[in-house]
Amino acid sequence: MNADDQNKTYSHLIEVNNLKKHYNRGEIKALDGVSTTIDKGEVLAIIGPSGSGKSTFLRSLNLLERPTSGEILFEGINILSPGVDINKLRMKMGMVFQHFNLFPHLSVLDNMTIAPVKLLNKTKEEAEVDAMELLEKVALLDRAYAYPSQLSGGQKQRIAIVRALCMHPDVLLFDEPTSALDPEMVGEVLDVMKALAKDGMTMAVVTHEMGFAREVASRVMFMADGRVILDDTPDAVFNNPDNERLRSFLAKVL
Amino acid sequence: MLLLYLSIPEWLRKLIADFYNNFIAKGRFKNYILKGLGITLLVTFFAVLLGIVLGMIVSIIRATHDKTYHDMTPGFLKVILKIVNTICVVYLTVIRGTPVVVQLMIAYFIIFASSNNKVLVAVLAFGINSGAYVAEIIRSGIMSIDNGQFEAGRSLGFNYIQTMAYIVLPQAFKNVLPALANEFIVLLKETSVSGYVGLMDMTKGSDIIRSQTYSAFMPLIAVALIYLVIVMLFSRVVTWLERRFRNSER
Ligand SMILES: Nc1ncnc2c1ncn2[C@@H]1O[C@H](COP(=O)(O)OP(=O)(O)OP(=O)(O)O)[C@@H](O)[C@H]1O
Ligand SMILES: [Mg+2]
Repeated sequence: MNADDQNKTYSHLIEVNNLKKHYNRGEIKALDGVSTTIDKGEVLAIIGPSGSGKSTFLRSLNLLERPTSGEILFEGINILSPGVDINKLRMKMGMVFQHFNLFPHLSVLDNMTIAPVKLLNKTKEEAEVDAMELLEKVALLDRAYAYPSQLSGGQKQRIAIVRALCMHPDVLLFDEPTSALDPEMVGEVLDVMKALAKDGMTMAVVTHEMGFAREVASRVMFMADGRVILDDTPDAVFNNPDNERLRSFLAKVL
Repeated sequence: MLLLYLSIPEWLRKLIADFYNNFIAKGRFKNYILKGLGITLLVTFFAVLLGIVLGMIVSIIRATHDKTYHDMTPGFLKVILKIVNTICVVYLTVIRGTPVVVQLMIAYFIIFASSNNKVLVAVLAFGINSGAYVAEIIRSGIMSIDNGQFEAGRSLGFNYIQTMAYIVLPQAFKNVLPALANEFIVLLKETSVSGYVGLMDMTKGSDIIRSQTYSAFMPLIAVALIYLVIVMLFSRVVTWLERRFRNSER
């Protein structure tokens, strides 16, 4: 079976089956059997109390964290099976971090073009045209030649988002993208994410922004103790939570 | 003419005679000090190169071990990494635990006893010595880079080596540039023990002059001044480089 055949046969962009991640020989179960799916164009919001395994789950999707057991099918391929080229797959899964993680020794433009140039064999010119277009979309065209240290937090995170987009990924993973921001900058980043969602970008977003989860997400997954407690539409999750843990969690954050 | 000569005070006359005797007569300055300077610079230059190459390799192995060994899936690669890392640790321990002059003599009189290319042996000895210090400097630089930088690189699709090369090492290098420069200054001065294996470096040159003229002051002060000037010039260049690096981020 070649790659094209495989591409046609998968039914979900991402399918996770019984994913477990244990630390200290099973003493800590960061993930304790998580199963879910993410379809093309979906925005999955992942919520839950601190230590519930949200980051571990998200970082397992691109194998920044190596799960102990289970299955992750990305575009029909089990990325946990031996011999899978994880670097190839990561090119199709962008990631945005809480602390931006821009490359401080590179200008904004170089931050955005280094991966397409080195990994997709684009010419510097092609990559820059692409990058400029994206910069315009997030209203940061004038900062193209700035260095990360010259940017505000909100600007940094918007650059981090377009840096990931430069690889034209099939899915974007966000781990608390607004948690490190001053309150007045949260909006500008969420706006960019909303626009992406509208454009049909597939996203998985760990967030404490319940407003964003309610408005933008197509599904909300509530985690606790390394398990998925609830995985439903925002409406079902926020409007009449009949789960006790979810209710007490929402009471705390809302 | 004679009057003129007599009008010069006694001490100055002695100084001029000394100067002439130590530096001009028999082309001593040129034959011993300048030629020695050439050897000193030659040995230092190639030892620095060797030190950087060795230091890079060892530091990357050490940092890779420290960062990834714990989470690695058991297998062939893990075993190899353990072995290579152990070799590196032994190298660092031995080199940093013994005096460079002893290492130089071991290299010359034991390991390369069959070779009479003193310059080459000195380059190897000082280069291997410097590599250990450079390795620890660069390793501390790598470890000081936030893990988020690694993760950002990897999440874009770069493999481990690419992430190191494009993202981590450039930052690590910049952070440790002053420490590296200092190491090279130390190395330049350390080559002054080359005389122990009969290599005619600058310090040995001054030694020879002293043995011929029986005066220590002139040749030693001259050599000290030359070292000082080189170190000061080099420090200038490094300061300039650092400023340039820093500006590029502002
Ligand atoms: N390297 C590790 N070693 C041991 N335990 C770990 C490690 N990483 C995470 N854990 C544990 O796994 C659990 C899940 O952590 P995780 O970071 O995924 O939580 P989270 O839901 O993202 O929390 P937060 O909202 O605080 O970011 C926690 O109990 C945490 O202490
Ligand atoms: Mg987290």
